[in-house]
Amino acid sequence: MSTVSFTEASVLGGLEAHAPGRDWSGPAPKRIVTGYGFWIFILSDIIMFSAFFASYVVLLGHTAGGPSGRDLFDLRSVAMETAFLLASSFTCGLASIAADARNTTWFHIAMAVTFVFGLGFLSLEAREFTSLVARGAGPTRSAFLSAFFTLVGCHGLHVSAGSLWLLTMMAQVFAKGFRADILRRILCFTLFWHALDIIWIAVFTIVYLLGSAV
Amino acid sequence: MTNGHEHLGHGIDLAPGDEYVEGGIAQRVIGYLTGLGLAILLTATSFFVAGTRLVWEPSIPVALVVLAIAQMGVHLVFFLHITTGPDNTNNVLALAFGVLIVVLLMGGSLWIMINLDQNLMPPMNQIMQMQR
Repeated sequence: MSTVSFTEASVLGGLEAHAPGRDWSGPAPKRIVTGYGFWIFILSDIIMFSAFFASYVVLLGHTAGGPSGRDLFDLRSVAMETAFLLASSFTCGLASIAADARNTTWFHIAMAVTFVFGLGFLSLEAREFTSLVARGAGPTRSAFLSAFFTLVGCHGLHVSAGSLWLLTMMAQVFAKGFRADILRRILCFTLFWHALDIIWIAVFTIVYLLGSAV
Repeated sequence: MTNGHEHLGHGIDLAPGDEYVEGGIAQRVIGYLTGLGLAILLTATSFFVAGTRLVWEPSIPVALVVLAIAQMGVHLVFFLHITTGPDNTNNVLALAFGVLIVVLLMGGSLWIMINLDQNLMPPMNQIMQMQR
């Protein structure tokens, strides 16, 4: 044992220095460190969104004589967007199961379906934004609309970035297979995608449902 | 050990998003289906409550907020696998801190701004009318 190097000793350390109350000790596996770090990023992202939500609620009534949420929002389209994003979150979960089972075919199928749902969401949102701007209710019309476009647009940007990341993950699995580092990236991607759906719950409740009630 | 992560097991921390289940792939798919079903139910209720005249109107915003928080809980448990298990303590503590900051930020902003709104001077033309 005296010839064991430092790194080997820290790997074997779990056998000697057994922390009380745990079956295993030593440095956490890289998957847990990576996942935890990304979890912290997601929470900070949610905190950033909460600032946008606060400003939206404060500015909700400040329409500067322009149209209010009740005049503008099409709840049928919002329900469709919600359905798309929820379905994509579900298929994203299926993709993570396929990745854990190391099944390339099902992983690609589930990710492709997730991408299609995400694209459906984005096209509905783009249609809504262009129709608002065409009706003279662009982000420059009132403080309420500035806050609306900032908040919903920021979520839309996140979904766009997530869609690009999704395609990257499909390409990486295709080219490199289920390597440990690729699996960690898939873990982070699924966390990101599910978190976007959680933020969308707040968006459709606060922005659309409560916003069209005022 | 069914989900392919050899290091996952009882007594070891889980990464957020990882789940530990006894049983196979079918068990995990059923978990996601349960989450999807509950989420659809809560979303449908939200949209129904927002559009209906069947309930007392001042209660609608409260009901919507409660439904949204419930659905976030469903997503956290069934999709992100943030649970109360001992292997999830770090993830839950980070989440609790995040929720604390969100509550302080949103609650504090709304409190201050609504208070300012009520105490703000009325617009100049109204003051002129009052002086007449």
